[in-house]
Formats: sequence, C-alpha cells, structure tokens
Amino acid sequence: MITVLLFAHLREQFGTRDLQIEENSITVADLRKQLEEKYEFLDTKSIMIAVNEEFADDEDVIQAGDTVALIPPVSGG
Amino acid sequence: MFEIIASPISAQEVTEQVMHRNAGAVVNFIGTVREITKGRKTLYLEYEAYVPMAKAKLEQIGREIAEKWPGAKSAIVHRVGRLEIGEAAVVIATSSPHRADAYEANRYAIERIKEMVPIWKKEHWEDGELWIGNQQGTISYENGKPEVNEG
Repeated sequence: MITVLLFAHLREQFGTRDLQIEENSITVADLRKQLEEKYEFLDTKSIMIAVNEEFADDEDVIQAGDTVALIPPVSGG
Repeated sequence: MFEIIASPISAQEVTEQVMHRNAGAVVNFIGTVREITKGRKTLYLEYEAYVPMAKAKLEQIGREIAEKWPGAKSAIVHRVGRLEIGEAAVVIATSSPHRADAYEANRYAIERIKEMVPIWKKEHWEDGELWIGNQQGTISYENGKPEVNEG
C-alpha cells in the first residue's frame, strides 16, 4: 500500500487529504499513468511527485510504505 | 531557524538568528499580503504547506546559501493558515561580513522558495477564490520537477 498526499486545489478536487494505492512497487511514471486513468479530471503534467519528501524522477521506484505527495506548482513567498 | 508556523512571525526573532560578531551586514526580507493584484481586491490569503518537506527545503536553501556565499548565515520562517492584508507571510534574514553577499543571498532565498518549496497560496476575493500556482496547467515541468540541483 502506498499513501499519496494531496494539497491545495488537488486536496479540494479529490475531497480528501490522501489516496491509498494498492501497489507494492511502482515507478513514478506508472503512478502518474495509473492516477490519470482512474481520475479523468487529473492531468499530472504540471504536478511534481515527491517520494519521502524529496522530488522524484519518473523512473524512480516507489515501494510500499513510502510517502508520496502530488506537488502542484508552488506559490509560497 | 527554518520553520513553517501557523502564528504571526516575529521579524525580530528571525533576524536575531543570523546576527553574530563577524556579520557586517544583515538583510531582512518580509513578504507581506498585498491588497490589490492585477486590479483585483484581495480580502485575505490562505497558505497551505506540506510541512515536513517545506521545512526540509528551507533548510536546503540555507545550506545552498552557506556554500555559495561563505560566511553567510540565513534564517527563514514561512507562515501558513489565514493571513490578512499587510501581514507577513515570510521573513528571510541573511547576514554576511559584507553587504553585497547578504543582499544577494537574501534575494536567492526568496527566488528558491518560489521555485521549489511546497507551499501554496489561495487568493480570496469578494467574488471568488483560487489556488495560485496554478490549476490551468500553464506550468509544466520538463523533467517532472523543478530545477532543484544545488547551485
């Protein structure tokens, strides 16, 4: 099981702070694909993915127990 | 001091973190909530952060500054939650032996925050609200992430 955290407009769009993904091991690219197939309104092009609080590349592998976050373009400051 | 907090920021406290005997210059940046943006009147802002990652990224900015400007010290505090017009959303203090480095390092810190620290701002107007940053998909990251390489 992989937990995916949601923030800002994604949190509001999904109506929840996190999603549970039934996978033991998945690449970041496949996670993007899986999310876009399941949630048609979601376009992950402009979304960064963080794994265990660090920005991840598409080829990085997420393992069960990792904390994943969808990071839309930031607007702090 | 690199923190995400939900209460008003004390600029004085942040500044004191970077003051020391070899500092000949201290620069303080306060990012405040502006009332008018592109002709539209903001009522208040709401900030949200992925707190542990945001704190880690602020610490990373501090390390980058220490490497790029030897002798420079920095401290950054960003506030989350509801902020009223005029309130401080972020305070950045930098110090160095000479003023040029302190100014440059300070500017660097705010630009890095806007690039890659997971904090989001929601504008609330009289006739609507919007998470800025933005959901229209006009920003896309070629590598799936911003440039986060040090330096």
